[in-house]
Amino acid sequence: MLVFGNFMPGISAMSAVLQVENLRTHFFTKAGVVKAVDDVSFSIDKGQILGLVGESGSGKSMTGYSIMGLIDSPGRVIEGRIVLNGQDVTGYSAEQWRSLRGNRVAMIFQDPMMTLNPVLRIDTQMIEAITAHEKITREAARARCRNALSQVGIPSPDERLMAYPHQFSGGMRQRVAIAIALLNKPDLIICDEPTTALDVTIQGQILYEMQKLCRESGTALMWITHDLSVVAGLADSVAVMYAGKIVEQGGTAELLDHPLHPYTKGLLDSVPSRNVKGRPLKQIPGMTPSLLKIGNGCAFRERCMRRTNECEVAPPFTSPELNASHKVRCFHPHVSTEEALTA
Amino acid sequence: MSTSLLELKNISKRFEKKLDIAGRFARSLGAGLKEETVHAVDHVDLTINKGEVVGLVGESGCGKSTLGRVVVGLHQQSEGEKFWRGKNVAAMTADEKRAMQLEAQMIFQDPYASLNPRYRVENIIGEAPVVHGIINAKDKSAYVAEVMQRVGLDPALSRRFPHQFSGGQRARIGIARALAVKPNFLVCDEAVAALDVSIQAQVLNLFIKLREELNLTYLFISHDLGVVRHLSDRVVIMYLGRVVETAPADELFTQPNHPYTQGLLAEVPSLTVRKKDFVAIKGEIPSPLNPPTGCHFHPRCPHAASVPGNKCKTEQPLLKQIAVNRFSACHLNQ
Repeated sequence: MLVFGNFMPGISAMSAVLQVENLRTHFFTKAGVVKAVDDVSFSIDKGQILGLVGESGSGKSMTGYSIMGLIDSPGRVIEGRIVLNGQDVTGYSAEQWRSLRGNRVAMIFQDPMMTLNPVLRIDTQMIEAITAHEKITREAARARCRNALSQVGIPSPDERLMAYPHQFSGGMRQRVAIAIALLNKPDLIICDEPTTALDVTIQGQILYEMQKLCRESGTALMWITHDLSVVAGLADSVAVMYAGKIVEQGGTAELLDHPLHPYTKGLLDSVPSRNVKGRPLKQIPGMTPSLLKIGNGCAFRERCMRRTNECEVAPPFTSPELNASHKVRCFHPHVSTEEALTA
Repeated sequence: MSTSLLELKNISKRFEKKLDIAGRFARSLGAGLKEETVHAVDHVDLTINKGEVVGLVGESGCGKSTLGRVVVGLHQQSEGEKFWRGKNVAAMTADEKRAMQLEAQMIFQDPYASLNPRYRVENIIGEAPVVHGIINAKDKSAYVAEVMQRVGLDPALSRRFPHQFSGGQRARIGIARALAVKPNFLVCDEAVAALDVSIQAQVLNLFIKLREELNLTYLFISHDLGVVRHLSDRVVIMYLGRVVETAPADELFTQPNHPYTQGLLAEVPSLTVRKKDFVAIKGEIPSPLNPPTGCHFHPRCPHAASVPGNKCKTEQPLLKQIAVNRFSACHLNQ
């Protein structure tokens, strides 16, 4: 399976669309240094979908912004490499980034009302996205916009091109945002909670479009979400983030069926459908720590049932199981031998 | 029907946008302007029994929040009757009405917008019980501490302001405020939607615990079917202002009857389904300003074409009993 090659840099380096190595994005605030992204590594192959899961404040969006070169002061990418299609983009200038964004790599945000300019017609915004990156006549650009709109399932695209963002519903607006991301046929699309604000049936439609797109065009997707069940149906591999670090990473089925990290296990156990109806849910005690106050050691230790004195030191990112692609950052993971004993 | 706590009969809520003076003038000159009416809730019957947890599910704009507000009395219904403990609310004396309003409390979705930012927690929770004479003003601190403990907040934080709390703690403050006037019935409008997964489980557990301790009745409004399934005894599905199906929770989730319910359940992402092929319910949710004729769901329904005589387009299906305690509004059931 392609999935397993994903996490071994070197082996899949040639086919990887995106490789992130030891990325650190820190924010230098008056209150102290916030380590929003702290030593994050992963890679995505052509046509693959990576689900990046975490709660608010876990650094999942900042990881996406770092890859897009969108980190503003007081934040800075202080370490690490971002390799897009074999090209190291880490030290790019603002101009180089601009030629890359919306062209080779695109991003879709949570709130489509914030990403579309409310005073410009859809066609103006879409054509601009094309002409910014290549020399092309307006007619040809307009034709491409129309195709992109019909590709994401917007009926009567010619009329819709002439409309303003407020004339669209939430789901339609998100489709327009996706269509804009598709315009220049990017190699990678980063989706930051694109369906969180949408209704269930509309979410289903968007997931359908994205999945189709990935299969047909081979675009790689990075899907940032807090919802494990969306990732279960969509992604090839999953990375779970907690307090700026990836705490567990692996193939989707592997990770969801045999979670190793106590945090992943806690998240999965707290999903209502995994609990006996009407009985109290299994819950993770406490709340996400402030990124200013983690100190050394495992960030999850305050909420963890399995902590020992050992956890005061930062645990390494290892694969305790036979499957080398399933990695966890924990001294006391839920390994399968132990499951067999307790079962 | 002696056990029913609340009964809604044929309740409708319309919001009308009156023409302004320019609009009225233009109309008198022959412009085809009309007053716009939104049928947020359209002839809904609902009975909630004592001790029951009813889940109210629907997508945005289906009128579920409006119905919740009508239930607690924040909105006055445009049409229909409301019975509280078997008594018609319209015929109640002012005192009885006030007692009813205290008994039915609401918990709002947004734990940021629903708390007064300039009040200390002590006042947010303690104001209402003092005003309503449930406690004396001098006992306020002790009473607030008791309520805070009940919802899992540290009473030492009672002098703080809402912005000093996290989202999960704010949700708890909202719950504490509702509990402070000793209600029997809580309407929870998307009470956990804004919370992170691990915090959501904590708050849901609090709801389960409170129900057991205080013998509460809930109307649990949510778009999250997983949460509703876990908590509810009975589920009501709404679409564009109308109830399309009601059934005991287990039956609804195992054998949904209405095509909309079936579609909704198929769309819910699940942890057990891997790399699934997403198939979408086609079409958008229509605007409640101009709902489709007949069955509101017919433009999106996969079965609409197979019903003889174009009935789905012309005739509104009524909510009919299809099994014990199960009702569905669909022409396919005939």
